[in-house]
Amino acid sequence: MNIHRYEKLWLVAALVLIVGFIATITYGSVGLGIAMIDDEAETVNPEKLNEHEDFGEPGVKQVGENEYEVYVRAWQFGFDPGSVEAGLDPIEVPANSTVTFYITSEDVIHSFSVVGTNINTMAIPGEVSSVTVEFDEPGEYGILCAEYCGAGHHTMEGKIIVHPEDEYAINGTDVETGNDTTDETEA
Amino acid sequence: MSTFVDEYPTEARVIRMAFWSSFVALTLGAVFGFIQALHRTNVVRVIDSTDYYTVLTGHGVFMVITFSIFFLVGVFQWAVTSSLERGPVDIRFTWSWYGVMSLGTTLVAIPILAGFTDATDMSADVLFTFYAPLQAHPLFYIGLVLFVIGTWLAGADWFLTWWTWKDDHPDERIPLPTFMVLTTMIMWYISTIGVAISILAFLLPWSLGLVDSVNPLLTRTLFWYFGHPVVYFWLMPAYLLWYNVLPKLSGGRLFSDPLARVVFILFILLSTPVGIHHQYLDPGIAEGFKFIVMTNTMFLLLPSFLTAFTVVASIEHGARQRGGEGYFGWLGALPWRDPSFTGMALAGLVFSFGGFTGIVNAGMSLNYLVHNTFWVPGHIHTQVGTAVALTFMAGAYWLVPQVTGNQLASRSVGLFQVVLWFVGIVFMTNAMYRGGLIGIPRRTAEPQYQGFEYEPLVGSIAELDAQVALGGTLLFLSAILFLWNMLLTAFNSGSEPVVDGSLPPALSGPEDSPRILDNLKLWTALALVLILLAYSMPLAGIVQDGGLFGPNVDAFPVFVDAVSTAVDATVRRLPLESIRGLIT
Repeated sequence: MNIHRYEKLWLVAALVLIVGFIATITYGSVGLGIAMIDDEAETVNPEKLNEHEDFGEPGVKQVGENEYEVYVRAWQFGFDPGSVEAGLDPIEVPANSTVTFYITSEDVIHSFSVVGTNINTMAIPGEVSSVTVEFDEPGEYGILCAEYCGAGHHTMEGKIIVHPEDEYAINGTDVETGNDTTDETEA
Repeated sequence: MSTFVDEYPTEARVIRMAFWSSFVALTLGAVFGFIQALHRTNVVRVIDSTDYYTVLTGHGVFMVITFSIFFLVGVFQWAVTSSLERGPVDIRFTWSWYGVMSLGTTLVAIPILAGFTDATDMSADVLFTFYAPLQAHPLFYIGLVLFVIGTWLAGADWFLTWWTWKDDHPDERIPLPTFMVLTTMIMWYISTIGVAISILAFLLPWSLGLVDSVNPLLTRTLFWYFGHPVVYFWLMPAYLLWYNVLPKLSGGRLFSDPLARVVFILFILLSTPVGIHHQYLDPGIAEGFKFIVMTNTMFLLLPSFLTAFTVVASIEHGARQRGGEGYFGWLGALPWRDPSFTGMALAGLVFSFGGFTGIVNAGMSLNYLVHNTFWVPGHIHTQVGTAVALTFMAGAYWLVPQVTGNQLASRSVGLFQVVLWFVGIVFMTNAMYRGGLIGIPRRTAEPQYQGFEYEPLVGSIAELDAQVALGGTLLFLSAILFLWNMLLTAFNSGSEPVVDGSLPPALSGPEDSPRILDNLKLWTALALVLILLAYSMPLAGIVQDGGLFGPNVDAFPVFVDAVSTAVDATVRRLPLESIRGLIT
């Protein structure tokens, strides 16, 4: 096959570039530890979430000294917990913590996207997404649904509040009562 | 000078009809796009936000399914007829696939447009990705299936034409335009299997109430099995024009026929086993499979890199034939006053930029940052919305005179129109890309939220909105100018087309390449093996975990199934029911 010299050079350069891209992304995954959402979490029955051990009562649970688990149910059109506008609690965790979110949907496909961060996952009925993140600093983040989910899609939002460590009052045993304490501390 | 319409009058009629169908869809799509650009930036809101998604579904379906694919079949029919120098085996068969495609489009359009009226329950507000359990009216799925069957028949028509040609020319290489059509159709046959299974086995029976539920992850994965190759299906007719027509327009010849064949073969092999890169953030698919797909996707850059070289080299050759000199001075010798040339050149420029943003999408860990943000429609509007659409419009300025026998109504309006499109897309997409990086989502009527604000890195939200609205307006005006020019051309009878439709041979012709490149069976078999490797295990895992028909998810909304779909209202969320009722 007759290929022009310049074209051969270009072909080699393109291949080098492609291998370079793959190496960079591989480094991001392995070297920096940016894991992909995967299939490790168990599947659930979206019709029976109320009977589910963790999704039956979604919320924040402390599982270690600085480790928390947050179970979130997405629905048309909100996050439980998270959707303050819909009268639900925000997601509240302390700074310097490692938090694993478990997210599922009870109706259609949604997303759980935390604005200004790379916390971003689909919420698919029947499937559970697990994302582990580290919150180093106190602050507030908005959550939105970035997957079209119906006529009220644009109203679906929520909030994560990362409290300073010494002001975070709940110890993870009971989120519902714990929140009152936190609110008072803030006020 | 004999033009296409003189030599092949019946074929020219089919091509004309395909183009007109395409332009009708473009009209609707452009109006809808204009409404969206002004609505989501809160400049002018003429519809309710809940209707935004009906508009968005129409924009997506009419633009990327109807406009692009009807134009594609027109270009492909022209390419096969002119390069094999023979018409279809039976023109009635040709008309039948055009008829099936038109019927399919109409059936799809009815439930989409019915979404605007409350007079009927019918709707299809599911966007062009139709992810279950969002459900469309059964007509939507039936229409899509018919449309795809129409394209399958069209492909069969072109293969039949080629087989009869081969009997008369047993030792000849497949002419390049026909080679491109056949390879593209092989890719299309392989990839549409996914969407056909998704609709026929799951979504259609489910929308008719024959099965109770579907597995949302399974139908979504089957969609993306088709959903990535479909973007190459839109792109291949643009490539066909870049490889065959653009070198001629610039005054020269295609640089390399063998490399063009290699590029199209790479698309058969690699465009399907990459679909999961649209699902990097989906649960239920193991990380390893996502990694395999990421590497496949990166290698899929190769054919586009090769195309960039060949196209630019061909243009440069043309410019030097026209007296261009120097390292960059030859650029000045190009026919910039020709709307066909300028439109395609600008489309190629935007495509190369958009290609790099695609690399960001494909980088799986980077995908967290941009997935489903405004960045993604930025990418799709530079690629499909410009590389493809602008090439089609530029191509129409060259092809429509040949298939109508009429002179283009106005070359200068055409030139203004393609430049206007370029300016509009630069305004709109740069703001989309930047908005996406700060977390603004795609596909939403109102990206303004109550509980938080975005933090732009540079500029402000108001400035981004202004650019999107301005860009969208310019694109709309450009589309209207194009359509008006086409309408005038259609009625410009009595004039002579001043287009030379002949295509010069490549500098390095097919004799420079091994014959194995024309062995379509071999490449098809290899493609199937690669797909089996990429898809069998993820699909098995999805079915094993979630069941073939899913974990009993209710449809939303429900059209036929009478089973109650009342959402399980939990005691602790009772007060919310009123709010949710208000929204829905």
